Amino acid sequence: MRNVYVVSGGVSKFTKARPDVTFQPMVKEAYDYILNDLGLTQPQAFELIDGTVCSYFSDHFARQLMAGIMVQDYLGLCPKPSFRVESGGATGGVCFQEAYKQVASGYLDVCLAYGFEKMSHVETWKGNEFIALASDQDFDYPVGGFYSGYYAMMVVRHMHEFGTTPEQLAKVSVKNHRNAFYNPYAQKRLKLTVQEVRDSPMVAYPLTRLDICVMSDGAAAVLLASEAGLEKLRQAGAQLAPAVQVAGIGRGTDAMRMADRPHQDFDQFFARNALPSEQTAETKAYYRELFERGTHYPGVHSFRAGRMASREAYRNAGLSEPLKELDFVELHDAYTSSEIQTYEDMGLCRYGEGGQFVDEGYPFLSGLDYGLELAHPGKLPVNPSGGLIACGHPVGATGLMQAVFALWQLQGTIKKHYGGDGTVQITQAKRGAIHSHAGTGTYVTVSILERK
Amino acid sequence: MIKKLPETLDGSVLFNVPLPADLAGLNELAPIIIKQHYAVDYLHTFGQDSPFFAGLANGKLLGTECPQCGYRYGTPKGHCTQCGARTRWFELPQEGQVHTFTVCYFGSEEFLPDCPFVLALIEWEGVNTLFLTRLLGVDPQAPSLDWVGMPVRARFRRNSKFKPTDVYFVPR
Repeated sequence: MRNVYVVSGGVSKFTKARPDVTFQPMVKEAYDYILNDLGLTQPQAFELIDGTVCSYFSDHFARQLMAGIMVQDYLGLCPKPSFRVESGGATGGVCFQEAYKQVASGYLDVCLAYGFEKMSHVETWKGNEFIALASDQDFDYPVGGFYSGYYAMMVVRHMHEFGTTPEQLAKVSVKNHRNAFYNPYAQKRLKLTVQEVRDSPMVAYPLTRLDICVMSDGAAAVLLASEAGLEKLRQAGAQLAPAVQVAGIGRGTDAMRMADRPHQDFDQFFARNALPSEQTAETKAYYRELFERGTHYPGVHSFRAGRMASREAYRNAGLSEPLKELDFVELHDAYTSSEIQTYEDMGLCRYGEGGQFVDEGYPFLSGLDYGLELAHPGKLPVNPSGGLIACGHPVGATGLMQAVFALWQLQGTIKKHYGGDGTVQITQAKRGAIHSHAGTGTYVTVSILERK
Repeated sequence: MIKKLPETLDGSVLFNVPLPADLAGLNELAPIIIKQHYAVDYLHTFGQDSPFFAGLANGKLLGTECPQCGYRYGTPKGHCTQCGARTRWFELPQEGQVHTFTVCYFGSEEFLPDCPFVLALIEWEGVNTLFLTRLLGVDPQAPSLDWVGMPVRARFRRNSKFKPTDVYFVPR
């Protein structure tokens, strides 16, 4: 496998509706951002880009099959090779990884990953229905198909197992909306209090409207290159920022129906799912006590796919202590609850301690006033961009948007790209993870990016 | 107090729009947005899961079990995901308990008229997987974590609709 570098990235401004354009020009906005960033013209880029991967989630939202090829054409990249990927909410993360593979395998030297979703074609209620079509049509959807309801059931069980509280969920909402306050591409840039989150309309107990990401129209694009590709870009006169390498990728899966998820015992969990960072006597003893109390894994309250993806990505990137070795995580927070559950499955804290992780302040940015008492802010900032909850979740763009924001963090160029505001730039960020996640944890990707 | 009128998709049909004689400014023209209807009737098969729906129509809740490894599915699976064998049918107890739940105050368009409704996953002793259902007979305005573990029993619709909601659960 060859070394793969993230060269540049761009996003459209995420917003509730973009009736002014169809999907193709929206992707072109993200693509043109890259050309502008690199100082390349389209004729130059056409010579340099060997192929592309396209990401959009829903044929129902698009109401256009093969929308990918229409983007490829609009960008002026025909007849270069391309294909579309679809993996639910993780579509963007999978797209990033497939583009990585195109380059790592030696097939392409320069590969563009682009993605979009235009969700404003239908009313919110119909949109909820479209999203719920990504649940079992015979056994789940007809009972009351609604993803917020599915995630709410997961967190109710998490609360039952571990004592996680709605206030801990609300703190995640405060954090991500506040981080997004400084992100000009985000859809919802808000300063909130825990009380405001709890007082907003209840959608599915215990999740309120401010615990849940919003539908969005948006696009994102990322350019990846091999060392040979970097050289070609350099020779063409591209302005290259410090190189950021994809240090490793990982992916995992779980059953579509939550009802089908296994409830494994301690031995099965340790044999199949535990992370290297959990293989200490102290952690093992803590887990043994948890399981003896009746907890199982993953049940409906944890993401086995996220753990698999993390395990693979850490192994491939040579990490063993994610909490210490990562400087930030862009994490798929479709729900405040799933952010907390994912801390555990990424091994940022122990299983069951996601709520405390928030209370301690670990995932908050240090030096930013959230209006909360936090003992240790900035230990490992999660979603410095604002995440899905505040940036919006135009599904096919989301996983790529994370790659763009992570790239800017690692390049140290947040201020430049955020219109002169570097408030959320993490000083000396060296290594970050991006985590993309499909409905109730069916497909999950984790990719590790590293400044060279 | 309502401060915003609801946005709906009914209204007039537009048959013509003005177009300026000078085409120079057309890139600034406001977008034309129209309603397009889309509806399909599918010939859907429940395939290997059909006996489950036949069971509901006869007041029985059916799961499957693996003859090889004994894994038992609270929601039927035609083949065992643990060992790969073809499963066989068995009758699930009509009494179980709530593994987890939520109350949906909003939802997908199809289910908006039902809001608020309670979703629950049902567990049974000795059955390895769960079953998603509606829970009735609890107050959706007063959800409580105490509902986890609640003993519940199945009830069946008299007139089957051949949906998993032909069965639902109520507190015992």
